[in-house]
Amino acid sequence: MRATAPTFNYYTPRTVSETLNLIEKLKPVNVIAGGTDFVPAVRLKGFRPKHVVSLVNLRKELSYVIFKGGTVRIGALTRIRDAQRSVHLRKKATCLHEALSQIGSVQIRNMATIGGNLCNASPAADSAPPLLVLDASVEIVRKGGRRTIPLKDFFLGPGKTALRKGELLKGITFRPEAGTASSFQKLGRTRGEDISIATAAVLLKTDGSRISQARIALGSVAPIPTRAYESEKELVGKAASEAVLDSAATKAAEEAKPITDVRATGDYRRSAVKALVRQGLAQALERTRGGA
Amino acid sequence: MNVKMKINGEPMTLDVPPNELLLDTLRTRLGLTGSKDVCRTGDCCACTVMLNGRAVNSCLMFTSEANGSDILTIEGLSQNEKLHPLQEAFIEEDATHCGYCTPGMIMSAYALLEENPNPTRKDVEEALAGNLCRCGTYYSAINAVLRASEKLKQKL
Repeated sequence: MRATAPTFNYYTPRTVSETLNLIEKLKPVNVIAGGTDFVPAVRLKGFRPKHVVSLVNLRKELSYVIFKGGTVRIGALTRIRDAQRSVHLRKKATCLHEALSQIGSVQIRNMATIGGNLCNASPAADSAPPLLVLDASVEIVRKGGRRTIPLKDFFLGPGKTALRKGELLKGITFRPEAGTASSFQKLGRTRGEDISIATAAVLLKTDGSRISQARIALGSVAPIPTRAYESEKELVGKAASEAVLDSAATKAAEEAKPITDVRATGDYRRSAVKALVRQGLAQALERTRGGA
Repeated sequence: MNVKMKINGEPMTLDVPPNELLLDTLRTRLGLTGSKDVCRTGDCCACTVMLNGRAVNSCLMFTSEANGSDILTIEGLSQNEKLHPLQEAFIEEDATHCGYCTPGMIMSAYALLEENPNPTRKDVEEALAGNLCRCGTYYSAINAVLRASEKLKQKL
């Protein structure tokens, strides 16, 4: 054992209702899912939790990807690797499948969960931009109640979510729309498998040569993963010409609010957004025409 | 707290603090130093072990979270003093230089071959993508995994 760090009270509830009782009662409390962000925070960054509620025993119950009645449901404790392998997501949410395939290494994807990726609320959470363009909602439960909110209202700031005291993220839902096609583009120091410098998810629907629906979301270039609404407006109702796609990409770069940090400068990120959105639009468009 | 685990086939109960890393339990408490202690942030994968059939970073997991698990470390690969075909292939392909990343590489490859006995080169690259090697043995390591998959098929 390296340094003997002060330890914490550790709980392993067996059911969701037991978990909700605990997280309502304990103060302050941290919930641990896959642990890939939490463990280094405790061991290396000096974070000192008091009460830690582990969801290890809820994995069976909250690990699933189901497609039923036109709705995709993903359990919060679904490991990234299992979600990555879901045929439903590969077929109906291509951008999400592509993003999940590039999170961490195989080892990390075997541990980390999709709910953890969202609740950690990193601006660089790779699952967020795809779920934003899929217009996903999150199911939140608490003792004696539940609520469902759009994912876009879930992120409040870096590390901050709309979860209130006693609430737990239970799952994610979205309704894939027929005729849409999507793409996820990521820039890291290396290709894939790295913390993102910038990401873009794009979802398009065309009606003949015109774009009838456009959703664009950006990651790592604002305090929270966010939609690029102005960029979307550049596209809807227009013919998908090179000039239109270019101007939407330029708009997205203007909308981004990137900071300079250890991974890249703000200016570099802004240029990256333009390129990523442009590539994403081209690829999504190709896919609406049945291409890969 | 008491944690029950099976490590390399041997059932055991350990009394550990809830914040102890699985990597520290293996190396310091049990003397299984094959899993290497390098970055402790999940970036290098030198600490890779199999947990219930999946490759994981033992530096990113509290031992308490592994309660009830079946763990396989590099020490558990050889049987009756005979090296595992992956270990043989790494020697034959000269796929180690300083050797520090090798146990992690082999455990990642083991996980791959368990779920996919016929990997393509691309599959091997994906499986080993998290394993960093500062000596640059990547190409020979990938060759070794492909060689091991052939060896394992001949055995069947």
